[in-house]
Amino acid sequence: MPVILVTDVLVWLLVAATIGYAAYCRRHEHLAAPWRRVFSSRAAMMSLVVLLAYLAVGLADSLHFRSQLERKDPSAPVAYSNDVTSLLDLAVGGLRARSEKTYSAPFATRLYAKELTEVPGGKSVRDYPRLRHGGAHLKDEADHGSDVATRAFGALAVAFMCWVVLGWALRGFARRHAGVPWGAAYLAFGLLLAVAAPAFTLSGSYHVLGTDKVGQDVFYLSLKSIRTSLVIGTLTTLVMLPLGAAVGIMAGYFRGWVDDVIQYLYTTLNSIPGVLLIAASVLMMQVYIDTHPELFPTTAERADLRLLFLCIILGLTSWTGLARLLRGEALKLRELEYIQAAHAFGVSHSRIIGRHILPNVMHIIIISLVMDFSGLVLAEAVLSYVGVGVDPSTTSFGTMINNARLEMAREPMVWWALAAAFWFMFVLVLVANLFADAVRDGFDPRVRVGGGGA
Amino acid sequence: MSALDVSGLKTWLETAEGPLHAVDGVDFELRPGECFALVGESGCGKSMTALSLLRLLPEAGHISDGAVRLEGEDLLALPEAAMRSVRGRRIAMIFQEPSTSLNPVLTVGRQIVEVIERHTAVYGDAVRARALELLAAVGIDDGERRFGEYPFQLSGGLKQRVMIAAALAADPEILVADEPTTALDVTIQAQILELLKKLQAERGMAVLLISHDLAVVAQMAQRVAVMYAGQVVEVATREAFFRAPQHPYSQMLFAALPGAASRGMPLAVIPGQVPSLTQAFGSCRFADRCGFAFDRCRSEPPALVPAGPDHLARCLLREAGPSGARTTTPSVPAAHADAEPRPLLLEVADLTVHFPIRRGLLRRVAGHVKAVDGVSFGIRAGQTLALVGESGCGKTTAGKALLQLIRPTAGTVRFDGRELTQLSRSALRPMRSAMQIVFQDPYASLDPRMRVTDILAEGMLSLGVARTAADIGRRVDAMLEQVGLPREAGKRYPHEFSGGQRQRIAIARALSVEPRLIVCDEPTSALDVSVQAQILNLLKDLQDRLGLAYLFITHNIAVVGHLAHEVAVMHRGRIVEQGPAQEVLIRPQHAYTRELLASVPEIEAAAR
Repeated sequence: MPVILVTDVLVWLLVAATIGYAAYCRRHEHLAAPWRRVFSSRAAMMSLVVLLAYLAVGLADSLHFRSQLERKDPSAPVAYSNDVTSLLDLAVGGLRARSEKTYSAPFATRLYAKELTEVPGGKSVRDYPRLRHGGAHLKDEADHGSDVATRAFGALAVAFMCWVVLGWALRGFARRHAGVPWGAAYLAFGLLLAVAAPAFTLSGSYHVLGTDKVGQDVFYLSLKSIRTSLVIGTLTTLVMLPLGAAVGIMAGYFRGWVDDVIQYLYTTLNSIPGVLLIAASVLMMQVYIDTHPELFPTTAERADLRLLFLCIILGLTSWTGLARLLRGEALKLRELEYIQAAHAFGVSHSRIIGRHILPNVMHIIIISLVMDFSGLVLAEAVLSYVGVGVDPSTTSFGTMINNARLEMAREPMVWWALAAAFWFMFVLVLVANLFADAVRDGFDPRVRVGGGGA
Repeated sequence: MSALDVSGLKTWLETAEGPLHAVDGVDFELRPGECFALVGESGCGKSMTALSLLRLLPEAGHISDGAVRLEGEDLLALPEAAMRSVRGRRIAMIFQEPSTSLNPVLTVGRQIVEVIERHTAVYGDAVRARALELLAAVGIDDGERRFGEYPFQLSGGLKQRVMIAAALAADPEILVADEPTTALDVTIQAQILELLKKLQAERGMAVLLISHDLAVVAQMAQRVAVMYAGQVVEVATREAFFRAPQHPYSQMLFAALPGAASRGMPLAVIPGQVPSLTQAFGSCRFADRCGFAFDRCRSEPPALVPAGPDHLARCLLREAGPSGARTTTPSVPAAHADAEPRPLLLEVADLTVHFPIRRGLLRRVAGHVKAVDGVSFGIRAGQTLALVGESGCGKTTAGKALLQLIRPTAGTVRFDGRELTQLSRSALRPMRSAMQIVFQDPYASLDPRMRVTDILAEGMLSLGVARTAADIGRRVDAMLEQVGLPREAGKRYPHEFSGGQRQRIAIARALSVEPRLIVCDEPTSALDVSVQAQILNLLKDLQDRLGLAYLFITHNIAVVGHLAHEVAVMHRGRIVEQGPAQEVLIRPQHAYTRELLASVPEIEAAAR
């Protein structure tokens, strides 16, 4: 039975909107040209490949359903599991179910903590017990190293073959679309495969990134966190964008009392500590959820609503930057002569804003959209760490870090959960920033001027 | 012996379409103590030449060949460190825009002192004394006070004087002046040119003057070089050049100049456009636009050949001998034999626009800027009223106020007998189609994100002149044809057009709603002379065919003489003098009008 979460709907709507925008851009030269400049940058193409990989994971994790329970009695009504699973859970196999008792290091075959176990003969021994899943197929633990190496190399070899075959197959395509640094994209794809293929293969028989306190596979948690980050990064802008754009343009275009009111509003909003505002709103929301349990059939839906609400709150508190930027731009544009000419034709205010001002500030909106993305991903991590972020049952980089922080003080240290969250988030934010830089350069009007000699 | 000898200078700019040969083999010499002018239209490479001399090129540019010898020493071969002591010390430069060439956070004195300390042996208290001396030399009276002031406290003319003072600080042998007066008003321009002339004579300094304005050159230069498409096409003494220009391009530039003499006649137009400088030339660069071109012009690049004493021209025609003197068309006496005066289309009475100055926390009104202060005039159907004045005199505000783009503070505007000032935004809409506006800057007046068709259709849709798509399409085509653009232009975006073509689009947009009056706000001041001629011809032609009335807002007296029926001279928000054009231009009554007319540099004097 499919489960339709609100954020899923919004995410897919956003994907559809992006595709629609891309199609629209293709038909309009002045919109397509800056994007072509973006895609002609090596850094942009490489980061785009990685971003798309993240996106693929996130989207696979945005198709949810409840699996049908096995019926012992065929006449009984169809029952569904309380667990909401996603396409991603299916794709990574049983990673979700393969949990251990508690911590285990990456690639370990034994737990990280000593336990009292009974050995045949009635005696009990205090030792590190074997894991239930990690390396369970090994008859002899001495083979551990060679087994990991064989599997990894096997996966690498297959991945390399795929990479070469794919490159050969797409040769013609790349030649037909010259001007885009396909080589760089191909290289990034190769690197991505070289990391991902062994990781996925090995995750079938080991915990490649170890397990956390309650024995969940950290690799699985990291993959699940990607969706949360993407949702926060994109949906928040969806909330912020119309508000920031409308308010900012109106302030700059109408000036006078409209401008005064809007300026007072965002100055006031900016002077309230953001975290405080978010904490208060999220706690209020939590109270509402707790007092209306009947509205949420599953925990996933409950957690999802809180995620959505977090997006809205973040959006409502972060539109001021964009509004300020657009106000300045609209102030400049309204004095320009083509706007004056439109006034001379008696064109209405709404048409002037829609036809003249909005298209001419679009590049600023796009730039701030991609630039804000990474900031929001980081903001989520911070908020969840503080405890006012996503629902504790939602996996996110913030909750992973939050859960891992105490273990840093443990001796010996449990470092892998934190390291995994760090690296996954670091790569995501890094490529998002690189891509944002390329977008900014591509849309920067100064680049267009070029050399025109006088 | 020459002060500066430039030979075979080639400067390339890297662009997306390949290297652009901005300066393509330029030779000239600057003799000691003379003023040598490089004249040309935008994009001809004159500024690039000046920047190349000082090696101050933009990042995309580099000098690919040639030599610049300063007393025998090749500047292009010097290391950068040595070049820094040439700049400012031996060759100084002043730029076009005084408001951006001074550092806004340093005092005027500090900026002059900097140059003195860097380039001369003067130190200590003497530096300040020297700076004050320089300020006095450039005609700044209260130097003591100005020394401690910041650039924003100075007017444009004063800033340019300070720039000149800083340039002279190290007693350079050569001063490069890149359009030194283009951003200034005509009365200020006259003062600055006078100052430059005086300083040049006093100090025996050589001046390289870069300008697009033949009149400025006529007043300043001893020798003139004309540049076209990256090359010098003519070099001559001032007298020879202005009496009998030898290159067809120079001749056509003169013919394209508007003035009282060309009144009632179309101006000569140079057809076509400057060729792209990314190509390699195997022909004369002007051949495609030249009326005298013959077969050899298209197969053989011409060399500079003598065309008289101390006169060179890059034209194959001159191998056969120099051409005759320039003919100045005799002034046509007032040929507007309108027996009965036409009816008044627009009547403006006591038009006043005050902008409030707000101060303090509560933004209380602390005073008013009286931009337009009680202006009255009338425009007759089918005629042109020129509103003349210097920048800041309120002429543009007056134009916008009569269109109700800025609401007047007081006064009346009656169009065809209907009072406009009291009408609301919606009540004005039916009147909008009768009055339109064409702006100064063709780059800012067209929305860069709209196709030309959409730009032209906007007004028709808004005012309901045409409703169906087919009707609009037909009208757009007609408009484009009327302003002399091809029909395909409609599918393109504004950035694909040149300045002159954009101005045509702007005119077509105004025409699209069938107005009876067009306010032309400096429509040609951002354009080159040859393009200006095309636009002026177009406006005149449209007036004759459609019976349009123009309110022509301008600071250019020559244009006024060319096309205005009546003139109103504005000064500080008021009209100081108005009347028939020839009356006012020939026998000005008011002191300000006289000063204004006297400041306009004259070309004809130079030919004698």
